[in-house]
Amino acid sequence: MATTANTNVTACEAGRFSPDTRSDCRVVFEPRNAGGIEIELQSKVAAYYGESIRALTQQVVSALAVEHGRLQLHARLLIEDAGALPYTIAARIEAAVHRAGLAKGKRFLPERVALPAPSARDRMRRSRLYLPGSEPRYFVNAALHGPDAIILDLEDSVHPAEKDSARILVRNALRAVDFAACERMVRINQLPLGLEDLDEIVPEQPDLILIPKVEDASQVRQVDERIAQVQAQHKIERPLWLMPILESALGIENAFVIATASPRNVALTIGLEDYTADLGVVKTATGAESLFARQRLVNAARGASLQAIDSVYGDVGDLDGLLAWGRNARAMGFEGMGCVHPLQIAVIHQAFAPSEQEIERALKIVAAYEDAKRRGLGVVSLGSKMIDPPVVNRAQKLVERAEHMGLITPETRARAAAPPPAPQAKSEGGEG
Amino acid sequence: MSTTASKVELARNAAGRMVPAYVNGREQRPYSGVNEPPPTGHKAAPPIRSSTQYPMNGDKRVPNLATALKQCGLRDGMTISSHHHLRDGDQVALTALQTAASLGAKDLMWFPSASFPAHAPVIDLMEAGAVHHIEGSMNGPLGDYCSRGKMRGMGVLRSHGGRWQAIQDGEVHIDIAIIAAPTADPFGNANGSHGPSACGSLGFALADSMYADRVIVVTDNLVPFPCVPWQIQGNNVDFVVEVPSIGDPTKIVGGTTQITRSPDRLLIAHYVAQFVRDAGIMRPGFSFQAGAGGIALAFVDYLRRYMRESGVKARFVRGGSTKYLVELLQEGLTGYILDGQTFDLDAVRSIATDPRHVLTSPFTSYNFHGKGFFNSLVDVCVLGATEVDVNFNANVVTHSDGRLLHGIGGWQNCLFAGCSILAVPSFRDRIPVIVDQVTTLTGPGELIDVIVTERGIAINPRRQDLLDAVKDSRLPVRSIQDIQRDVERICGGKPQKPRLTENPVAVVKWVDGTVLDTVWQVSG
Repeated sequence: MATTANTNVTACEAGRFSPDTRSDCRVVFEPRNAGGIEIELQSKVAAYYGESIRALTQQVVSALAVEHGRLQLHARLLIEDAGALPYTIAARIEAAVHRAGLAKGKRFLPERVALPAPSARDRMRRSRLYLPGSEPRYFVNAALHGPDAIILDLEDSVHPAEKDSARILVRNALRAVDFAACERMVRINQLPLGLEDLDEIVPEQPDLILIPKVEDASQVRQVDERIAQVQAQHKIERPLWLMPILESALGIENAFVIATASPRNVALTIGLEDYTADLGVVKTATGAESLFARQRLVNAARGASLQAIDSVYGDVGDLDGLLAWGRNARAMGFEGMGCVHPLQIAVIHQAFAPSEQEIERALKIVAAYEDAKRRGLGVVSLGSKMIDPPVVNRAQKLVERAEHMGLITPETRARAAAPPPAPQAKSEGGEG
Repeated sequence: MSTTASKVELARNAAGRMVPAYVNGREQRPYSGVNEPPPTGHKAAPPIRSSTQYPMNGDKRVPNLATALKQCGLRDGMTISSHHHLRDGDQVALTALQTAASLGAKDLMWFPSASFPAHAPVIDLMEAGAVHHIEGSMNGPLGDYCSRGKMRGMGVLRSHGGRWQAIQDGEVHIDIAIIAAPTADPFGNANGSHGPSACGSLGFALADSMYADRVIVVTDNLVPFPCVPWQIQGNNVDFVVEVPSIGDPTKIVGGTTQITRSPDRLLIAHYVAQFVRDAGIMRPGFSFQAGAGGIALAFVDYLRRYMRESGVKARFVRGGSTKYLVELLQEGLTGYILDGQTFDLDAVRSIATDPRHVLTSPFTSYNFHGKGFFNSLVDVCVLGATEVDVNFNANVVTHSDGRLLHGIGGWQNCLFAGCSILAVPSFRDRIPVIVDQVTTLTGPGELIDVIVTERGIAINPRRQDLLDAVKDSRLPVRSIQDIQRDVERICGGKPQKPRLTENPVAVVKWVDGTVLDTVWQVSG
């Protein structure tokens, strides 16, 4: 490893600092021939965390450059800090050192917050909040806004020159940031770069990988295989799901084979910006131009027992438009959407919430099913209508989701499953 | 009078803070708790004058400020007061001090109801010796000047109510009051609600007009007698000066006040509104106060939705008035706006035309040394803070590094509401807001009921009633220590202690005139 002093390398930097920067820092790393590690710190929070930042810097450099008990590196580090949190500072230092061609393959991993429970294959995925992978200021409070998932994005929102640095930052965020009950998703880059992302990301056990611009099954299989390799290497048994993003005419045509390409697949989603560009049409507010693609995607996803998830709604200022789009998407069979701003989350949840009538009917179906089960009947009926098992299944899921969304109380749900008190049962029995 | 030269005698007050025994030559009473022993004595009063000393035709005009100041008997060491209703657009206070300086006056004490960035040139007057020190809010360059120990006297920070108390109790004697007036008549009657530089209320100038030895009204909109409404009564005024402009109207009131777009701040505002609803504070005939800050405006917007949903109307709201409060009034969701200061053009128009939009002064709303003050009748107040500690004590005047940042405004006075809520982020750019101990104590924890952050709501354990009221709600109620632990985990441990000297540069007064805490000179 080229960790000995190297006079051929000039200063390398990572991260960002300007008068408007918040929660990030710029690290300039200048290798030297001698003199150990010199740190120059200019920080907005020097009065509060100056000592702590210096200690962390020493720690990171040691992790990257100590071999055989000796520091193999001499350098000057300039840190211009706008209140970056420790995991960000560590990521920026690591990126700058790697950019200097030093400490290859070495990492500094920040302390890990407790891993949340693994996510279920069919968990609720109404909203997933995109967080640009190079913008740490949005990470730490993302979960407070209550999306079902957050996506740490390494693809379109990250400048090509920042891919290496963002990858390290996202890896650190997966360890150090508490995303609470959110499913932790990462959107990797298009292959083959995306495979390198997996090497860094998979050891930190995200819950789901979004694969961009998928056009055929082989792309999904490559990702699946790489994940299996990295997981085996790190002895990880926790499930890691996949959500391919179809963003082209070809991808839409191949929707079903893509959906069935990996047992890790839990959902298909669509990227309408790229899809409409591929078609050479304008993306409109009603989405008429993508109607076929979206229906095709829903059908392929359901055909493979996956969730169908809609695109993002780009106009952050138009919450009414978002609500209309979301309601329509739900009617088409989608189970969720992407969000690009926290204010969209509550609107999306409203759009994907079942109506009172739907909940009421579902509760009746569940009650009828429980009643039939108790009485040992093979057939479930509600009033004069027979209820097929898939309908029961759907009603059970809807009731469960309604409780999760806070639309009904656990008591209401329990009442539906319990034997009804006799007089009430009679009066309700007559209704159909 | 210099504070920098000699060692200062300090005493420990009832809040455990070390405070100077003397400030600018006056003996001080250390803070003795929120319920002070009853005061004694009589109110201060200005000298008796006779109408024979004034023109019987009512024309008190003089050609310019210099003439007026001279005729007021301007002398070295006098106290000159001004109000801040023109905010950052004010040109009158600075011009008056500069004029006094040009007349050769030295060692003046400037006693504004608040200062703004536009007043930064007062630093030059302090450097030149014309102004000795400031007793009033200091921020920006003035705050830095004071924090670095450059001011000759000690700064004294008072709440709006405390300023009234200090004048009324004779702790501060105003020699000459300068009252910038958007409209006035030659007799000295004046108001803020009309004219090209309209600012709404003139309530902060009322005490000055009643207690000062001499009162000068400065206006750019002179009307024939009578100027109505006469928020300032000409019977208290010595001279009237007409000038081309009293200030920059675009900086006097904001064109439109804006709700924050920050998702994190909106979340805090949403929690506040939910708390007010779910704790049962929002009930028919209730009252609330909310200022013009981004979070407070968003709170009003959320609360309005809940009020509409449940058909609840407020009896009155307390402003800082803005478009949002005016809309509540017009929609019938509140019976009255009791206005302390007016922040935007909608509110200025409303105060000029709607009798339900009522002018108030610090006497009616805030003065602790009176026979009551109506802010204690308000059901809920939503306020900010720079720091809050685990005992619910709060700081609004300094940064965590000890530098002066804000004035107190009506903040201390508002703590006497039925429920006082501080709506604050739990940290700002890695700087924890929830701390072990606040840098400068501005509000005692026993008067602070609820801290609402983006990471949850902490209710003061002294308020078991509020804890009980929301125990079945879906609100994220947590202990303040729990939120602090989160913050310290995120920010990387407890912050270092600020490096301060042992030289006091300002004091924070409590609403009763006692000294609550000291602002120390920052090092470096």
